[in-house]
Amino acid sequence: MTIPVSAADWIVINTELILVGTAMIVLLLDAFNRRISDRISPWITLVGVVGGLVSLGFLWGQEYTGFAGMLVIDSFSVLVKMAILFGTGLAVLLSVDYLRREELAQGEYYGLLLLSTVGMLLLTSSANLIMIFLSLEMLSIALYVLTGYARMRPRSQEAGMKYFLLGSFSAAILVYGVALIYGALGTVDLAGVAEALTAPGILSNPVLLAGAGLVLVGLGFKVAAVPFQMWTPDVYEGAPSPVTAFMSVSTKAAAFAALTRVLVFAFSDLSGVWMAVIWAIAALTMIFGNLVAIAQNNIKRMLAYSSIAHAGYILVAVASANQLGIQSIPFYLIAYTFMNIGAWAVVTVITRKGEEGVGLSDYTGLFWRNPLLAVSMGLFMFSLAGIPPTAGFTAKIYLFMAAVNANLIGLLIVAVVTTIISAYFYLRVTVIMFMHRPSEVSAVHVPIAAYVAIIIAVVATLWLFLFPNSTQAFTEAVWRMGL
Amino acid sequence: MLPAYPYLILSAVLFTTGTLGVLIRRNPIIMFMSIELMLNAANLAFITFARYQQSMDGHVFVFIVMTVAAAEVAVGLGIIVAIFRLRGNINVDELDEMKG
Repeated sequence: MTIPVSAADWIVINTELILVGTAMIVLLLDAFNRRISDRISPWITLVGVVGGLVSLGFLWGQEYTGFAGMLVIDSFSVLVKMAILFGTGLAVLLSVDYLRREELAQGEYYGLLLLSTVGMLLLTSSANLIMIFLSLEMLSIALYVLTGYARMRPRSQEAGMKYFLLGSFSAAILVYGVALIYGALGTVDLAGVAEALTAPGILSNPVLLAGAGLVLVGLGFKVAAVPFQMWTPDVYEGAPSPVTAFMSVSTKAAAFAALTRVLVFAFSDLSGVWMAVIWAIAALTMIFGNLVAIAQNNIKRMLAYSSIAHAGYILVAVASANQLGIQSIPFYLIAYTFMNIGAWAVVTVITRKGEEGVGLSDYTGLFWRNPLLAVSMGLFMFSLAGIPPTAGFTAKIYLFMAAVNANLIGLLIVAVVTTIISAYFYLRVTVIMFMHRPSEVSAVHVPIAAYVAIIIAVVATLWLFLFPNSTQAFTEAVWRMGL
Repeated sequence: MLPAYPYLILSAVLFTTGTLGVLIRRNPIIMFMSIELMLNAANLAFITFARYQQSMDGHVFVFIVMTVAAAEVAVGLGIIVAIFRLRGNINVDELDEMKG
């Protein structure tokens, strides 16, 4: 038996192939010569990530379907993949000196990071529910290991265990949902599902509804939406900071791409049912994330709850399910990637060996200790709060406009009120950094690679505010995509 | 051929047992076995539906799910062993350093 593989198939997975190749090089190098691998594996990884971005540039504006409809390339997936690769690249820059400081092995870390990225890239391209399950597991299994990577630090282990148990629990729920959908419709292909749903009387099939609900629960776990968010704070706190930076942006981007594809494109005929559910989940997620973040004195936990809240904002765009909403999702994900990784970069730099120094008090008078770091952190906090002149402001404006167009006034009010509440805890960090003088002024040592990551994030955060039109052509193409 | 519903009921019972096991039991290995039970419930459902719809897709999905389950076992047991080495026990109720 031969399996036919066409040219289009290779094109669809070329970004993934580049990253898998890089991961293999990194892993083999680590096996043969650990000393050399410790020195150069981060830079090999970066070359691979940049290569992936270049290959995405070539794919821009084109549409391909590969592997019998399992994977698709369209503007939506290319944009989200860019967000994911930006996240990976910046996380690599943060990891170089972090791993040295914590005395952790380098080679396998980058191999796992790359393989997890490959899972995310496949997830954004998946046009089949079983492919969604497979790529979700691919990204998760590598992330379980990365979360528990500092295996001599009890908190990292605890985070790894919690993430593993709840992550595979949610995956099992998802795959059972897929099985039920397969039973009800006879297909798990997203385009096939959309077609099967047009048959009369199918929409009230209880097996179908149960299956769709279970799939929604499984994806809800991955994007950390309330009430499936309970793992997030512990995992984000316990995992090594660069890993948290990576998973808070890239996993979220990939999971939202899959959620959007499933809900808006495959189950659009079922929107009468899921619209109300997503409405409620979005409102709860925004309220819960922002309110609990206020009470946090640990900056990693605060950012974890802030990440839950941002999932709620993106769900507003999913709920509006109109042209502007779908366009604003990739824009929001890209903006969120830069501002959130920037904030985590500052956290990574400020923490000391063994992840000490994560309290808000450790940021007292940062401006006098390292002005550049304090100003960058201030900018990221403004951006996360949605205050101009930052990317976060532009991204929120798009979201709110989408909600207005979809007539989701109630949800819009919740979003605006929670945004105002969120300003309190984001600005509190800024106040602590600028208004309180430290008792003793000790300089903060910032490694060069981390500086580069922070500066890239600052420039991108400002750029997306000043020139949102530079991405408009991108996001406008998104709507025209098929499945 | 027997009707499909006995298989589907068995699959639902397995899935519910697995879910309850994860929620109630406190030993990570038992919790992990419960997750495997949920995956196998999905496998049984896939096979049943494939058989009664006369399509091959479901049979293939079972292999995919089994492969994923094997990969999960490798990583999961690794994490459990690492925790046991550092702490000497693996009770999840004692994994409570982080709260709030």
